[in-house]
Amino acid sequence: MKILKKITILLFISALIFNSCSSNDDNPELVIEEEVITTVTVTLTPEAGGTDIVLESVDLDGDGPDAPVVSVSGNLDANTTYNGSIVLLNETESPAENITEEIEELDEEHQFFYSTTSGIATFEYNDTDANGNPIGLDFLLTTSTSAASGTITIILRHLPNKDGENVSDGDITNAGGETDVSVTFSVSVQ
Amino acid sequence: MKYYALLIACVIYNLANAQECTSKLSGKVNDFHDGSNIIGAILHIKELDIYTTTDLDGGFVFQNLCDGKITVTISHVGCDTKELDVVIKGDTQFKINLEHHIEQLNEVTVNGHLVGKQSKTSQETLLKTKDLELFSSGSLGDVLKKVSGVSSLNTGSTIVKPVINGLHSSRVIVMTNGVRLQDQEWGVEHAPNIDINASGSISVIKGSGALAYGGDAIGGVVVLNSSPTILKDSLYGKTIVSGQTNGRGFSLSSSLYKTYATGWYINGQATTKYYGDFKAADYSLTNTGLKSNGFSIHTGYKSFEKGFNIYYSYLNNEIAILESSHIGNAEDLINAINTQQPLVIDDFSYNIGFPKQDVTHQLIKADFYKRFKKFGKLKVQYDFQNNQRYEYDLRIGEDRFKPAIDLTLKTHSIKTDLKLDSNIGNTYEIGLSGSSQNNFANPDTGVRRLIPDYDKYDFGVFLLSDFTLNKNVFLDFGVRYDFNKYDAKKFYKISRWEELGYDADFSNLIIDEQSTQYLTNPIFEYHNISASAGVAYNLNTNSKLIANYSLSSRAPNPSELFSDGLHHSAARIELGDLRISQEKSNRVSASYIYNTSVLNLSFETFYNHIDNYILIEPTDTEQTIRGEFLVWEYKQTNASLFGVDLDVHYQYNKHWFASNKSSIVKGHDISKDRPLIDMPSFKTVNALSYSNKKWWHFNSELQSELVLAQNEYPNNNFEVYIPTTDEFELLDISTPPPTYHLLHFNSDITLNISQKTNLNIGLRITNILNTSYREYLNRLRYFADDLGRNIMLQLKLNY
Repeated sequence: MKILKKITILLFISALIFNSCSSNDDNPELVIEEEVITTVTVTLTPEAGGTDIVLESVDLDGDGPDAPVVSVSGNLDANTTYNGSIVLLNETESPAENITEEIEELDEEHQFFYSTTSGIATFEYNDTDANGNPIGLDFLLTTSTSAASGTITIILRHLPNKDGENVSDGDITNAGGETDVSVTFSVSVQ
Repeated sequence: MKYYALLIACVIYNLANAQECTSKLSGKVNDFHDGSNIIGAILHIKELDIYTTTDLDGGFVFQNLCDGKITVTISHVGCDTKELDVVIKGDTQFKINLEHHIEQLNEVTVNGHLVGKQSKTSQETLLKTKDLELFSSGSLGDVLKKVSGVSSLNTGSTIVKPVINGLHSSRVIVMTNGVRLQDQEWGVEHAPNIDINASGSISVIKGSGALAYGGDAIGGVVVLNSSPTILKDSLYGKTIVSGQTNGRGFSLSSSLYKTYATGWYINGQATTKYYGDFKAADYSLTNTGLKSNGFSIHTGYKSFEKGFNIYYSYLNNEIAILESSHIGNAEDLINAINTQQPLVIDDFSYNIGFPKQDVTHQLIKADFYKRFKKFGKLKVQYDFQNNQRYEYDLRIGEDRFKPAIDLTLKTHSIKTDLKLDSNIGNTYEIGLSGSSQNNFANPDTGVRRLIPDYDKYDFGVFLLSDFTLNKNVFLDFGVRYDFNKYDAKKFYKISRWEELGYDADFSNLIIDEQSTQYLTNPIFEYHNISASAGVAYNLNTNSKLIANYSLSSRAPNPSELFSDGLHHSAARIELGDLRISQEKSNRVSASYIYNTSVLNLSFETFYNHIDNYILIEPTDTEQTIRGEFLVWEYKQTNASLFGVDLDVHYQYNKHWFASNKSSIVKGHDISKDRPLIDMPSFKTVNALSYSNKKWWHFNSELQSELVLAQNEYPNNNFEVYIPTTDEFELLDISTPPPTYHLLHFNSDITLNISQKTNLNIGLRITNILNTSYREYLNRLRYFADDLGRNIMLQLKLNY
């Protein structure tokens, strides 16, 4: 049967094609992840002088299954104003990459938002971008007059609508954008 | 097998020298397939304008001819008319093989694919050119919704995936021009890369009965056919241009065909589409425009006995995705759902910003076929497809213009099939196919690969047969074996690898360790058996019953096996599972079809039981530095789907028509005893039409589309802790949107400009009442309403 013969030839050719197309055995490159934030460090320095309080959240596997490790170095004093500053690191790289610098460079495209529960503190932005809108890497935190326990949540959005209603006052409702960081610390005011 | 030269006359010369004009031309006319005598064929000598017919033995004779060259045409009812040049020199004998299966041939042409109509016992619906032209500016998914039982899974209004009887993505095979589309169809937000303007007709075959295309079409097969080539000297074409208010854009498609009576043909087609932001009833959908450019070239030679085709197509789609749909964590998703309006609403713009998709699909195909007398038809095909997919997220700085996903999928396929049709009423078909696929995920994105680099090899072999027992009973059977092999190289975060328990089950796959990740080399093989059996029974001249059983199995796709990471557009972490095995479907279907000149009715029902059905469902939440995310995991369960599709067309008189299309499908997760996720809800479309040929072929139709709320859905809602308020809030990702009702209007007239040129002018209004609605199967339903009113004017010029 000539047809069978032809099919055989065809299969042979196809086998050749497949062999010639099969990819080489090179291993794929590891992706160097950009824009990864593993570590958020918030340093609160009392305006009147005293010990710094450090709030830290570390998530070395990024969107992996391990939850971030959160630590708070101590309690805040009541009725006190702190100078706050935020440092973001990518510790998957060695040495660690300082993401804060990238945010400073692209400050018009970033904004931090702060919130608390139990009214333990109020916040005020202490930096601005070229358009006069807040960024939030530096801020002032004023604790409540009476002792209380609650949480402080810090959210970073990229590409927010900074001109949205009340956004420059620190209200996240109309900010839009995508969330880069959302960390919560349990804090006591004494 | 000796008669290799096809459809030719074998001329034997009589050596005796004859005098002028006393020569005799005699011979026989036989059927090409089975060699039987053809009785009553008419032979005509053009030069002399004399006729004769064949006798009971198929013989004929012309007396008193002059020596020299003459042209004889041979025609017979149900046959291709043949024209032959014959040299008369003395008494000349002549044997003609006539193709007597023209009716079957016509079916092949109408269905246009390599193996003829596969689905005499499957539930198949054919959409003709006129139906497609109406959707010239739309997508494949839009036009397929005309078929009762077909719905769509949307990401916005421009990314539309067909859903057949509740199943989609890897469960639906899309065949274009005989080529199985390989365009990363596993992704729910990956629409088929098809320009419907390149097709002449589309067949939708529900279920997996059409085994020639693959054994894994648990949902069904969509077969796109090019326009049939007419074997005559001709130059023709058409241009369709449409403009519409919603999206303030246009679509332009043009095609040109050149055909020759000798069988050669060439045609080309090009389409361009340009739309800006679409609009919901009440607001602009910022960043939802579309730019699409495509063309195709088709050439070849076609005769009954042999032919070849070469086809190339190019399609690029740049699709903007609703800006507000890219958010962050679960809290952001709750806010987006509760806001009930997109967060970003800007003025109309043609700009395609971020996020967006930019996908280019190229396809090249060459095929060759040859028929052998008293035997059958052999076809060989090679095709290559290159699919380049870029997806852009909302990124900043230097990464802004860098894609977050950059995948190149290359597929080579070769296939051959042999159809044995020499026995009238009984055909056999054997086919072999093989393909080799390579996926490359570019690491330069700076984002961990969602889908890894892999090579995939497929091999398939099938055998089909059909039997026409008598004029009322037709049977068909098929069996198919498929082999699939993956050879992937994938990085896993060590924490994830351990969390999924892979360290216990798959530690042999690890080939390297870099930083905090393992490089693994999963090699998986799957053997699949599928089968089909069906019967078509004519109850009387007007009605018939069709029943079909099909078994099919589908190997998991790359997404189901390997997905691993954060999906920004869905605010969720998606995890595949290396342990996932094939899913196996047993589907039975039955149809009742009734056709008279007044009433056309089709009632289709099916039951599909799927073992190890693969689905993705939310299982947990995970805390990251970006906040809390839902984790969606691929899992397997046993499922059943049951559905009914109804299609009724009633002609009241020669002007008025009424029609109804309704469909319902019930999906059940047997293992968990609860409804399946993402099942289309009940839909019914009623239409009233008026036509009048005297008014420039005026047609008009008022359509009412009613889609009920899906009340059977699994509750996957989660309580999510909201740190800013220190409270738990419900993340309602399950509740389907409410019932909606839309009205549409269609109308067109046709003006004859010259004998060969006509102009069709169409007006189409969708969502006339500008109703606000959301569709359960639109992935952006959490963020924004579906499209508002659209008025479209379409001009079609045939020349």
